[in-house]
Amino acid sequence: MVEWTDAERAAIQDIFSNLDYEDIGPKALRRCLIVYPWCQRYFGGFGNLYNAEAILSNPMVAAHGIVVLHGLDRAMKNMDNIKNTYAELSVLHSEKLHVDPDNFRLLADCLSVVIAGKMGTAFTPEIQAAWQKFLAVVVNALGRQYH
Amino acid sequence: MSLTEKEKTVVRDFFGKIVARSDDIGTESLTRLLVVYPQTKSYFDHWKETTPYSAPVRKHGINVMGGIYEAVGKLDDLKGGLLTLSELHAFMLRVDPVNFKLFTNCILVVLSMLFPEDFTPQVHLAVDKFMALLALALAEKYR
Repeated sequence: MVEWTDAERAAIQDIFSNLDYEDIGPKALRRCLIVYPWCQRYFGGFGNLYNAEAILSNPMVAAHGIVVLHGLDRAMKNMDNIKNTYAELSVLHSEKLHVDPDNFRLLADCLSVVIAGKMGTAFTPEIQAAWQKFLAVVVNALGRQYH
Repeated sequence: MSLTEKEKTVVRDFFGKIVARSDDIGTESLTRLLVVYPQTKSYFDHWKETTPYSAPVRKHGINVMGGIYEAVGKLDDLKGGLLTLSELHAFMLRVDPVNFKLFTNCILVVLSMLFPEDFTPQVHLAVDKFMALLALALAEKYR
């Protein structure tokens, strides 16, 4: 089981309570599709992803970014049981969506960059450590049901 | 995944723009490496301290940024241009190359934090590629 200090819990809760999902979600997914273009393989039905400008203005990408970011809510509410909380979503990503689990890490990295951009120096080293630890646990849980 | 000519320009322009803050960037990046990835402290047992923003961390962060700027000046031939640095890392420092990725993560976060308007997705892409190629060049002489 993952051990969380009080400071880590507070840092995570704090980020979520100030999170603008409609802003951060789209930014994170757009950045992932631009910086790691092979991730686009999962979004064949999303229309024009041909270049950065197209990705940045694509409404389906924006909408999906919000969905994905809200997916983190479950982990935030169940920090002591993230592994089991995501069992079903892991199966979905493996058996239905066929997403290479390394992509979860790539999106998590982009999300950290976007949040750093939003928070500026308030994203202290300690808060960065707690946040990236949280995302690493989520990423691990999402990859657990792959066989 | 080599840098296109356009991406080389993006890298040169961006690093040129932020050069005045390069000491801070180096200090922040190394501080974060040691906090977010505590296992990296294992390389610095010989320092008096590894606490955030402490003197040894600042000094070394500035040092590392100097290396990065040297690489920005040698974008057309990183492997050739960084041979000496590669030999240093291979035979003397023997830093496990996985740590180059960890440091890259930290520097990308710091760049986003300090330059949110300039660190666009397109700049992020070019810088991420550059850092990956830099890591490869540094590991060139490892085996």
